[in-house]
Amino acid sequence: MKNELINYCLRLGDSSLILGQRLAEWCSKGPMLEEDIALTNISLDFFGQSRMLYSYIAELKGGDETEDTVAFRRNEREFYNILLAERPNGHFGDTIVRSFFVDAFNFHHYSKLKESKDSVIAAFAEKSLKEVVYHLRHSSEWVIRLGDGTEESKLKVQTSLNELWSYTGDMFDMNDGDHLLTSEGIAIDLEEIKPLWNATIESVLKRGKLDLPESKYMQKGSRNAMHSEYLGHLLCEMQYIQRAYPNSQW
Amino acid sequence: MSLEKNIWKWLEKVPDPEIPVLSILDLGVVRSVKVNDEEILIEITSTYSGCPATDVFIADIKSELEKHNLTNVKVQMKYSPAWTTDWITDKGRVKLKEFGIAPPVNEPDKSILFAKSFVVPCPKCDSDETHLVSQFGSTACKALYQCDSCQEPYDYFKCLR
Repeated sequence: MKNELINYCLRLGDSSLILGQRLAEWCSKGPMLEEDIALTNISLDFFGQSRMLYSYIAELKGGDETEDTVAFRRNEREFYNILLAERPNGHFGDTIVRSFFVDAFNFHHYSKLKESKDSVIAAFAEKSLKEVVYHLRHSSEWVIRLGDGTEESKLKVQTSLNELWSYTGDMFDMNDGDHLLTSEGIAIDLEEIKPLWNATIESVLKRGKLDLPESKYMQKGSRNAMHSEYLGHLLCEMQYIQRAYPNSQW
Repeated sequence: MSLEKNIWKWLEKVPDPEIPVLSILDLGVVRSVKVNDEEILIEITSTYSGCPATDVFIADIKSELEKHNLTNVKVQMKYSPAWTTDWITDKGRVKLKEFGIAPPVNEPDKSILFAKSFVVPCPKCDSDETHLVSQFGSTACKALYQCDSCQEPYDYFKCLR
C-alpha cells in the first residue's frame, strides 16, 4: 500500500505546489498592491502545504530523496496535480475563478480528510484547512464583486466560469489506489465531496448574479499524470535552478 | 534548576524574526523540550504552513543554545495539533499592542462564508471605529486595517483557530 500512499500524497502535494507556482507568477503584477500581496500570501500557504507532504513522501521513499528532489526532479508525466492548477493565470477574473473552484474543493475535502487514519495526512488537512478558509473567502468575495460589478466585469467573469468549468470534474477523479486508501480510512471518497462543492459554488454564483455553467463535458486525465501543454512550460521555469545546479542550497 | 527548565528560560531570548518584540515562547510555537542522555529534542510548530520564519526559528534556537555549550540539539517539526493564535501568551498580546499590531480578537467561525464582521480596535487610540483594508498583510499571519478615528494604518494579527 506504500506506493498508493505515495501516489496519493503526490496528488495532494502537486496540486498545492503547481497552483502555488501559478499564483506566485502574479508577484509584482497584481491589479493593486493589496491584491498582489493577497495572491502571493496564498501562494506561500500552498508551498508550505506541499512541503509537508513532500517531506512525508521523501521519508516513505527513503534513500536520497528529500522534499526538494520530489519537487524539482520529476517530469510532467510524474506530476499528479489537478488540471485546474496548471491552467494559465489569464486575466484577474480567470485567476479568481480558478482559485474559487479549487478553494471550495479544498475546503470540503480537507474538512473530511482531517479525520484520516494516516496521522501525517490528518495533520496536513487540519493545518491546511485553517488557511483554506481564508483562501475561499478571498476568492468568493471577488467572484461576487466581479459578477455583481460592472457590465464588463460580469461578462468577463462569466466567461471565465464557462471556460474553466470543464476542468472541474478532474478534481473528483480517483484511481484504484485512491479507492483502496478510501476503504482503509486514509483517503476520502470524492463523490461525497461533490454535492457539498456544488452547493458552495451555486450559493456564491447566486450572490454574484452569475449563471452556473451548463456544459456537461469534463476534461480529465491528471489522476494518471496526463496533462495539458501548459505544465511542461511551468516546470521548466520552476525547476530551472535545481536542474542546472543539482542539489544547490540557499 | 534542571537543564530542561534552563532551556525554557534561554528560549525566551529567541525572538520571532518577523515580529522581534515577541519571543518564540510568546508566540507559542515551542511545543516541548525533552532532555535525554544523547540529545536535546525540541519540538516546534509553524504558525502558517508556508511561513518563511520557521527555518529561522530552527537556526536561532540552535545558536542560542550553543551559547550555553549545548550542541546536540535536534529541532523537530510537529504539525498536530495545528498552531492557533490562542497559544499566544497574554504577555505576548500586550507586547504586540505596544508594538502597534492589534492582537487577535474573538472572531466568529470562519468556516461560515460571509459570517458577520467583527471589531478590531485600533492599537494606537483604542477606537472601535476601524475598517479592514485587506485580509492579507505584510506576513501570512497579519491583515491590514485602518483606524477611522486617528487614521492610523495598522497590522492586525489574524485570529487562527
